[in-house]
Amino acid sequence: MAHEHKLEIFRGLVKFKSNTSKIWGVLVFLTIVTLIEVVLGIYKPDMLMHTWIDPFEGGFLATLGNILLSPFIYMKPLNFIFIVLTLVKAYYITWDFMHMRDETKALRRMVVWTGVFLICYLIFILLQEGGYVYEVYFTEDPLIKRDF
Amino acid sequence: MDSTVANTGTEGKTWGGGNRPLKVSYGKMMMWFFIVSDALTFSGFLAAYGFSRFKFIKEWPIADEVFTHVPFLHGQELPMIYVAFMTFILIMSSVTMVLAVDAGHHMNKAKVTLYMFLTIIGGAIFVGSQAWEWATFIQGDYGAVQTKGGNILQFGEYVTEDGEEKFKRISIDEFAVSIPDARVEHERKNGLWFREEASLPPYTVNEIYTGLAANDNIRVRTQIINDEGEKTVLSRAESLKQIKDNGKLVVKGANLQVNEYGTSLFADFFFFITGFHGFHVFSGVVINIIIFFNVILGTYERRGSYEMVEKVGLYWHFVDLVWVFVFTFFYLV
Repeated sequence: MAHEHKLEIFRGLVKFKSNTSKIWGVLVFLTIVTLIEVVLGIYKPDMLMHTWIDPFEGGFLATLGNILLSPFIYMKPLNFIFIVLTLVKAYYITWDFMHMRDETKALRRMVVWTGVFLICYLIFILLQEGGYVYEVYFTEDPLIKRDF
Repeated sequence: MDSTVANTGTEGKTWGGGNRPLKVSYGKMMMWFFIVSDALTFSGFLAAYGFSRFKFIKEWPIADEVFTHVPFLHGQELPMIYVAFMTFILIMSSVTMVLAVDAGHHMNKAKVTLYMFLTIIGGAIFVGSQAWEWATFIQGDYGAVQTKGGNILQFGEYVTEDGEEKFKRISIDEFAVSIPDARVEHERKNGLWFREEASLPPYTVNEIYTGLAANDNIRVRTQIINDEGEKTVLSRAESLKQIKDNGKLVVKGANLQVNEYGTSLFADFFFFITGFHGFHVFSGVVINIIIFFNVILGTYERRGSYEMVEKVGLYWHFVDLVWVFVFTFFYLV
C-alpha cells in the first residue's frame, strides 16, 4: 500500500525530499520554538511584561472593544506570545507527526473543528466565571474576608 | 434455504455500503475520536486550572520561583531548565515514534524495532523526570507559615547583588529556634491507647516567631502580587505582627491540603494535571512495549501492515501534544 505524504510545510515555502527529512525538519522547527519560549521565560523582557493597551472606558462600544481585544488588553504580551507559540507547536505536532496533513478534509474537520469549538467554549465560560469570582472576593467590600 | 436477501441492488451506489469516505481504517478513525474526547478531558482540567487561577489572579504562585531545581545542581536556582529538558525528551520521543511509523510504511522491521525501542526509552526518561519533579515539589525547600485565613507567608531578606537590591528567600530551618517543650508526635510505643496521627510540622509557629524576632534582617512575604508583578514584602514590624496574630501552621513542601508555595489549589492542580498526564505517558509506554514485542515477534510482518504502530503512534503524539499545553500553562504563563 503506497502512502502518499504531503512534503511541504509553511504553505509550500519549505519542501522536503522525503518523509524522513520532513520529520527532522519539523523537529528542528519545534526545538527552535521551544528554545524561544525558554529564553523568553528566563529573561522576561520588561517590554513584554506590561499590557500595551489600557482597557477602553465608556459606553457599550468600549465594552465590546474590550471583549474583542481582550487578549491584548488583559494579557501580558509575553503570555500572549507563549500561547501563540504553543498553538504553533500543537499545529505542527498534529499536522506532521500525527499526519493530519495527509488525512481527508472531512476527517480533519471532524477532529479539529469539534475540539477547537468545544475547547474555546469551555475556556470562555470558565475564565469568565473565574474573573467574576475574583471580583466578588476582592472588591472594596468583599463578601468573603480572606486577608487574615 | 436461501431466505435472506443477499442482493439489494444498491451495490456500488453511494449508500450501498462499503464506502470509506474518510479513507482511513476503522481503528485509526476510532483512535482519532478517542483523542478528541481525551483532548476535551484535558482541556476541561486546564480550563478549571484557568478558572482557579483567575479567581486568585493576584496571589497565584509564580512558577519561576517554584520550579527552580535541576538534578545534580543542588542549591542553584535555575528555573525552566529542567522542564525544558523534559519537553525536549518528549518531543524527541515523538520524533522516534513518527520515524517508526515511517519505517513501518516501508515494511522495515529492523528500523521499526529500533525506533520503537528509542521511543520507549524516551517515555521512561520522561516519566522518571516527572517523578523527580514531584518528589522535589513535595519535599519543598524554604518552608512557610499558613495563616488562619489559609494564606501563605514566606520568609526572606533583602540582599544587594551586583548593586541591585533583591529579595532572597530564607529557609525556616535557618532561623527557627528550637523550643524543647513543643509537642511530640504520638507514636504507638508511647501509649496504651494509640490513635495514629499525621506527622507533625517541623516547627511550631512559636518557634518560627522566636527565630524571626531574633533576626532583624528577616521579613515576611505575602502571597499578594504587587503592581511590579512581585510578591509583597512586609515591613519588619508588620512581619512580626502577621506571624504572631495570624500564624497557624508551619508548612514545608506540598500535599493536597496545604503547600508552601501559595494557595492550596496550586498544588492540587499540579498533582492532578501533571499526574493525569504522567499516567497517560505511563500507559503510553506500556502500550508501546506491547507493540514493540509484537513487532519483534513479527506479528505485523505477517499481517502485512504496520498500521498498529501508526495507531499507538497517534496516541503517543497526543500525549506529547498535551504536554506542550501543560508546559505553557504551568511553567510559562
